[in-house]
This record gives sequence, structure tokens and C-alpha cells, in this order.
Amino acid sequence: MKKYEAVVIGVSAGGLAALDAILPTLDASFMMPVLVVQHLSPDMESYLPLHLNMRCALHAKEAEDKESLRPGTIYVAPPNYHLMVEEDKTMALSAQARVNFSRPSVDVLFETAAEVFCDRLVGVVLTGANSDGAAGLAKIKQFGGLTIVQDPATAEVDAMPKAALKSTAVDYVLPLDCIGPFLQTLARQGLHESSPGE
Amino acid sequence: MNDTLIIENERLEIQLLLEAIYLKYGHDFRSYAFTHTKRRLEHRRSIEGFKNFSEMQHRVIYDEAFFNSLLLDLSINVTEMFRDPWFYKRIRDVVLPHLKTYPYAKVWHAGCSAGQEVYSMCILLEEEGMDDRVQVYATDFNELILQKAKDGIYPMDLVRDYTANYQKAGGLRSFSDYYSADYDNVIMKRSLKDHVLFSSHNLVTDGVFGEMNVIFCRNVLIYFNKELQNRVLQLFWDSLCPGGFLCLGSKESLRFSSVADKFDVVSEREKIYRKKRSPSTL
Repeated sequence: MKKYEAVVIGVSAGGLAALDAILPTLDASFMMPVLVVQHLSPDMESYLPLHLNMRCALHAKEAEDKESLRPGTIYVAPPNYHLMVEEDKTMALSAQARVNFSRPSVDVLFETAAEVFCDRLVGVVLTGANSDGAAGLAKIKQFGGLTIVQDPATAEVDAMPKAALKSTAVDYVLPLDCIGPFLQTLARQGLHESSPGE
Repeated sequence: MNDTLIIENERLEIQLLLEAIYLKYGHDFRSYAFTHTKRRLEHRRSIEGFKNFSEMQHRVIYDEAFFNSLLLDLSINVTEMFRDPWFYKRIRDVVLPHLKTYPYAKVWHAGCSAGQEVYSMCILLEEEGMDDRVQVYATDFNELILQKAKDGIYPMDLVRDYTANYQKAGGLRSFSDYYSADYDNVIMKRSLKDHVLFSSHNLVTDGVFGEMNVIFCRNVLIYFNKELQNRVLQLFWDSLCPGGFLCLGSKESLRFSSVADKFDVVSEREKIYRKKRSPSTL
């Protein structure tokens, strides 16, 4: 079994309920960093870290520029900034142009994380009304990472999961309530894996 | 070839390309945040159809016009007027009252891009009746963008956002008082730039700039690596008069920088800092 090092999640319309169904199910033994891009109105202060901290065993915070990724921490992209992962496993923010009409953009996070973690990355696309995340998920797959898409039938808005499914041969299509437990299983496998590699 | 090796090789090609740009044209992007730079270069590579960055390097060396388009890609050119309206409200409420105590003050917009934040500040100064007493310096390393800043012409469809920002920032008039419009564009009122000096300055390679009362440098430092950030922050400290204000972007902070203890925090959320007066003048 393979050991994964990080999880990236992309979500748009209907995102709060979807994240609430997943992140609070992860327990304190979950040793991977979780990076989340949720599309938000640019001038809203992000309430998401606060909201998640009241519900999750893992610590949730807004991602900061040049901050190192720590295991068992949920990082939320700040409104109006792209979130990227650097080669040294720190995060970087950018105020560059919107991608897929979005800032933060799921694709930007997924593509940069894929290049850093390669086959040690888990990418998750959830409910949403556009196609952001589709290209990013394809890149994760291309670099050998594990790809998960929320079953469109269980999505509040199914455009984003459907676009992701169309973009690449996705590894797992899961109903919303199965995604959290599945991630937990992946994390446990990693824990029990003593030797590096397969 | 496995993925890790491809990425390593590509990184090497990009480093050589940046080295070539520095040696040939003197523009130094070697200390920029790598992922950001790579995405900008990748964007240009795919538009032009180069197979790899080494091919692009050859073109950069032999074709200055191509280099200039690349320079635009690498410039930070996304900004807006009254970006983060709450920030400008704070400038009006906290910083300008201090400036009013000086008979004459100097303001520096470092990395001013196409000038949106410069005009925002000029509007504030005019509304507070201070425009005659403040000299504004607007600098950028990119001459093309600097020319845009001088021209003060912006697309009409952006002006709707600017207007909303202006109102949220506590603007006293109608935003349309500050520009005249044709069908697609607006041009900012000429008198706004009466007290602005536009000039070329490169934060990476150039030195100290005057005795400033306020320095704006918003959403520039996030594109630099840690070491370059510290170098530029020291440049700002050297360029500020004692008690002068430094204003950064909303996700930039002095907290983990090497100059953190040389500044007081005026406003944490708005990222407004103040240079400490040296102990001898206390």
C-alpha cells in the first residue's frame, strides 16, 4: 500500500455542507495536511477556518504565504488569493489573474501540489457550479496521485464533479458521506507503512 | 523518465533561463518565488509553442522584443483601485491625520504597476485637502507598465468594481468626479497626477529611495523569496523617515521578517506598520 503525504480539496457552490460532511470525520490520528480551496466572494473575510475549528479534531487555519505544511492541519485558501505549494513544501499565495473565473482557483492548487507530491498526493473534487478543478485533477492523475470525485448524484451542484469525471480516469467516485472515512483509511495505511516506497 | 526527474530537469532549465535574462538584460528574477515564476513562464511557453524552456531561453537571448513580452508576464500587474477598501478607510482615518502634521510629506508607491493604487491615494489626498503638500513617487521596474500608470487610462468594465471599492472605502464624492469616460475607457482626471512623479526603480537591483513618510508596497513581496523579502524590507526601512508608515498587502506581514522589531504595528489586519524612532531621538 502506498503512503500519501497530502490531501487537496476543491469545492465551490454548496461547499460548506460538503466540507462539514468530510472534515469533522477525520480524527486526531490523521497525519496529512489538508489544503482546501473553496470559491468565496472576494471581499468576504473567511469564516471557514473558524467554522471548521468548532467542528474538527484537526486544527484549521487560513493558509499563509511561505508557511510550512504541517501534518494534521487543514489549510484554507484566503479569499481573493491563489494558493500554491512550493517545492520545499511551503505554501505560497498569489494575487495573479483569476483562473477559470476564480481566485482562489482549484486548478492552481492542484497543479502546483501535483508537481511537489507527485504520486503521494490525494485530490478531491466536490460540489460546484463550474469546471474549476478538472484540469488540476487530471494533472494529479498524470503524476500518479490518487483522484477522488464526489458522486454527482450526491452533490448539491453537480457541474464541477461531472467536469472532473470527464477530464480524467478518476480512481474513486464516492458518495459524500463515504469520502471522510475513505481519507481516514488512506491516512491509516500511511501510518502503518513503515518502509518508504510501495 | 519519471515525474520527479522531469520536474528537476525543468527546474534546472528555468534557473538557466532566469540566469540568461539576468546576464543579458539585467532584470533579476532569480530570487522570485519559484512556483509563481514557473507558472508565468509556462503560460508564455505554451502560448508560443516552445517545446521546453531551453528553446525559450535561446529566443530570449536573441530576440529583445520577445524578452519584453516575457517581462510583462513576469511583472506583477494585477491590481485595482481602492483594493481592499477597508485598507483605504484606515489610511484615511489613521495615516493621513499624521501626515497632516507635516508641512510637506513624501509618499512612495513601490512597484506601482499600472497606477491604480497611486490614483486611489491621490483621490484620498485631494479629498482631505492635502494634495498640495504631498509629493507622490510612483515606481515600477517595467517601463511599459509605468507608461500605463502615467496615462491613467482604464477599461470601463473595471470601473464598476473600482466605484464599488471607492464607496466602501468611505469616498466622499461620486467616483465619476475623478475621470472622464468614452465608450470603452476612462481617463483619470489630469490634476490627480499633478503631484506624482513616475520613475523607473527596481526593488531587486536598485537602492534607497528618499526620506519617505509613507511607503506603499502591496502584493509585491509575496512574489519574492524569503531572503529577497528581507532585503527589500530593509530597503524600505532605510528609505523611511523615523515614524514613517509602511503599508503591505493584506496577506503580507512583517511578523516573521528580519525587520519585525524595527517597526510598530499600527493596524494588523490592514498591514500598516510604522518605523520606530531610533532610541537616540526618544
